[in-house]
Amino acid sequence: MSEAVKTADGLPKQGWLSKKQRRLLFDPLNDNNPITVQILGICSALAVTTQIKPAFVMAVSVTLVVAFSNLITSLLRNTIPSKIRMIVQLMIIATLVTIVDQVLHAFSYSVYKELTVFVGLIITNCIVMGRLEAFAMANKPMDSFLDGIGNGLGYGAILIIVSFFRELLGSGTILGNNVIKPLGLYDMGYVNNGVMLTPAAAMFVIGILIWIQRSRNKKLIDIS
Amino acid sequence: MDYLNLFIKSAFIENMVLAYFLGMCSYLAVSKTVKTAFGLGMAVIFVLGITVPMNWAIETYFLKPTGVFGVDLTFLKFIVFISVIASMVQLVEMVVEKFFPPLYTALGIFLPLITVNCSILGGALFMSNREYTFGESVVFGIGAGFGFFIAIVALASIRERIRYSKIPAPLRGLGIAFIITGLMGLAFMGFMGIKL
Repeated sequence: MSEAVKTADGLPKQGWLSKKQRRLLFDPLNDNNPITVQILGICSALAVTTQIKPAFVMAVSVTLVVAFSNLITSLLRNTIPSKIRMIVQLMIIATLVTIVDQVLHAFSYSVYKELTVFVGLIITNCIVMGRLEAFAMANKPMDSFLDGIGNGLGYGAILIIVSFFRELLGSGTILGNNVIKPLGLYDMGYVNNGVMLTPAAAMFVIGILIWIQRSRNKKLIDIS
Repeated sequence: MDYLNLFIKSAFIENMVLAYFLGMCSYLAVSKTVKTAFGLGMAVIFVLGITVPMNWAIETYFLKPTGVFGVDLTFLKFIVFISVIASMVQLVEMVVEKFFPPLYTALGIFLPLITVNCSILGGALFMSNREYTFGESVVFGIGAGFGFFIAIVALASIRERIRYSKIPAPLRGLGIAFIITGLMGLAFMGFMGIKL
């Protein structure tokens, strides 16, 4: 991931994206990750990561909602009165979440049944609101759209890593297939770690991820 | 007595942050110093104490089939609750900006983010799921806010204390805060055995 950023930095302009736009798209994957650096969207990262599949669908839905709400807010940014901006932003988010909800309902009902609660939770996902406040209210539509996609991807990457470890260690499965049993580890006395299924374990996994990320990326280290 | 029980239950046994892990983002981001943590904690008590009873009134008199309209509008719950919360937070923001400018600068982006602090919407939804009465919803709102206040001040105090400890550099700050929160959550699981 850091490789991609480096090459984008080295070349002035390539294809249809400028250097700045590339950064918007790739920075959130590592240097400016919404979860591990900006501390946004933790609650849902704890709630949906007991298994990989809901985490993946959640990541895709959040990416779409962030990208389009960024785009719409950025288009409207000069007409929104600052005193009531939060209500306007929430209406945009709630509308988009309702659309995602209805689309899932119509086209993939089984996933919808698994995820109903979580899709509603996107409204209160602070990534969306945070990016609207911090970026879309002050930037051009195209940049805001890319920023939304980038942040959604960064969020999704963490979600999938965390859910992978929690599913593997907590229930011994990957994508619902039991991987511990064929290895015969249960017969040797291996037990699934129930603590991995509690939200507290997600805190530990994210804490360790931050540790690994910061020891590879020294400039993120917190000096204070 | 019931009210006191409910208060203790909502503040400790069912602590928003450490038992349900709601409202994590602002909890982690604003807990660097006790001072800002104190400010955010007070803001959350205030917002929860107002929005929960307000949402109770709106749900009972407008959304329920027994209300003014006589139709079941509970499917609008999410949008109505979030709009009430958003307008209340906007009000709090204006008051803080006007009367406590230093606190306003210290809280920065996290004051608007109270709107999307899931513990606020979570409080409203718990209130509607558990079918509280008006009095209970007031106590529950303040109790849940108090639970958040305790949790964030506790974490901020720990983080101030460990500032000079020998933590591996990459783990400093956010990383160790995550791990402390996980441990605090495990500790708070001990309260779950208490029946009131």
